[in-house]
Amino acid sequence: MSTTTRKADEAAPGGRRPGRRRGSLGVQNAAGWLFSTPFLVLFAVFMAFPIVATLLMSFTDFGLGNVTRPLDARFIGFENYTRLFGDERFLKSLFNTAYFVVVGVPLTIGLGLLVAVLLNNGIDRARTFFRVGFYAPVVTSIVAVAVVWRFVLDPSDGLIAGLASEVGLTAPDFLGSEALAMPSLIAMAVWRNLGTVMVLFIAGLQAIPTEVREAARLDGVGPWQELRRITIPLLRPTLLYASVITTIGYLNVFEEPFVMTQGGPSDSTLTVSLNMYREGFNFFHMGYASAMAYVLFVVIMGITVLQLRLLKDNTR
Amino acid sequence: MSAEGRVRRPLTYVLLSGGLLVMAAPFLWMGLSAFKTQRELSASPPVWIPSQWTLANFRQLLADLDLPLYFMNSVIVAVLVTVSNLVFCSMLGYALAKLNFAGRNKVFGVVLGALMVPGNLMLLPLFVLMSKLQLIDSYAGLVLPFAAGAFGVFLMRQFMQSIPDELLEAARMDGAGEWFIFWRIVMPLVKPALATLAILTFLGSWNNFVWPLIATNDPDKYTLPVALATFATDPNKAGGSNGVLMAGSFLIVLPVLAVFIALQRHFTQGIATAGMK
Repeated sequence: MSTTTRKADEAAPGGRRPGRRRGSLGVQNAAGWLFSTPFLVLFAVFMAFPIVATLLMSFTDFGLGNVTRPLDARFIGFENYTRLFGDERFLKSLFNTAYFVVVGVPLTIGLGLLVAVLLNNGIDRARTFFRVGFYAPVVTSIVAVAVVWRFVLDPSDGLIAGLASEVGLTAPDFLGSEALAMPSLIAMAVWRNLGTVMVLFIAGLQAIPTEVREAARLDGVGPWQELRRITIPLLRPTLLYASVITTIGYLNVFEEPFVMTQGGPSDSTLTVSLNMYREGFNFFHMGYASAMAYVLFVVIMGITVLQLRLLKDNTR
Repeated sequence: MSAEGRVRRPLTYVLLSGGLLVMAAPFLWMGLSAFKTQRELSASPPVWIPSQWTLANFRQLLADLDLPLYFMNSVIVAVLVTVSNLVFCSMLGYALAKLNFAGRNKVFGVVLGALMVPGNLMLLPLFVLMSKLQLIDSYAGLVLPFAAGAFGVFLMRQFMQSIPDELLEAARMDGAGEWFIFWRIVMPLVKPALATLAILTFLGSWNNFVWPLIATNDPDKYTLPVALATFATDPNKAGGSNGVLMAGSFLIVLPVLAVFIALQRHFTQGIATAGMK
């Protein structure tokens, strides 16, 4: 009760002032900013400041000693950046990340779309059941799931090795092979993220009016043509959103190689984020790691803008 | 259509069931392996269903890891992150949806920008900042960077926009202050959205790995994923046996899966809402 009265009192001065109407057309500047303050303060301290600080650190030789005395870091210009592009390990991590994205994103989007289309066609009773099943990996801890997958792929006691031995084959050492380690991580990422894409596409599919489909079917359009000429064009906004968030997520890939391969064998699954983590927090080359973080950020921004352009222009 | 439908429907079911089996296989494998004896875990030919179910792996896990402690750490951090997100994201969501103030579009621009920034970009200075503030190995250090997520603001704004302005105007005419309107009128109306946000935020925190890995040095402050990952990749302990690791994963994954299956509507709705609008 007391709150009511106090707040009412506070609102009163605005009403008394001549020429300013309280209520319907009122302006709530003070309240607006007060309600924004907690978020903005947290944003400023824990996001805006670190974004700027990473950039500044990338031009210094910030090392372990600077964690306690950050201002003592020495300015070294673009040295970190020039070093990066002569660093074979970094170039390899850049290549590995690109590999993960270029193969992983289309697979995730394609399979997510396939499942969504299947769920949208004629399945009524079991739809929720299937949706829950396909979405379940998304909600589970990546670390736990990566530990499970490491065992699934285990060359002697794993699930795949077991299945292979049942039919008289020998499973390869997926995570121990330079050629197979990255595809294995991609398979796991697709498995885990397919559900997110599926849910987005289901929502998108349900927004397509049934009349459009019925009209097409009456005109004798087959299922494949329907998918290609009607479903996919009308899903373009969803496709755009799904591919942007999947790409951003995959460019930051970290947990999968951290738990399953530690970047090996011979750096074949070392991603930019894992490389940055090692340089920054194992070796405390924090200036150098900051430069890596910024290169990755620029790549992410560039690709996002590119995707927005490419997919938008085709809308017509 | 009908001739085709007769062919298509069973095919759809076959494809979906096959897919679902692949999706479920790692979970089934985890659940079965966690209860197998050491001998059956490495038996050849493989033993699919344990012939004698055992809790030995769980006992070994509890001997190796202080799971109740990590569980509590994870719960405390997730609860704090969830509560602060519910309050702060709703506040800003309300301001952006319903308050007319100078600079509103700029603030919304900040929120959209924050949505796009990858978390890994901030890790290095955040670690330095937290060290200077002596918040490494503290709950505050684990919670603060996630205390108000842009996604939550976005979600709450979408939901609050559908509240009729007339309702708020009427309250203002009656002399209600903005805080009263927000807390007593708006918040009760967006309970479904709050539930969705609470579930998604709790889950995000529960599964969060990179920042807790960096912001904790003292094993007593580890969250569950950090404890499991450290245990699984520790070269000295050789990562424990596979059965013990499956038991650990089982304990982390099971509560989440149970909550998800019980509340699955909230999850998919939240994701879809954020994506569509």
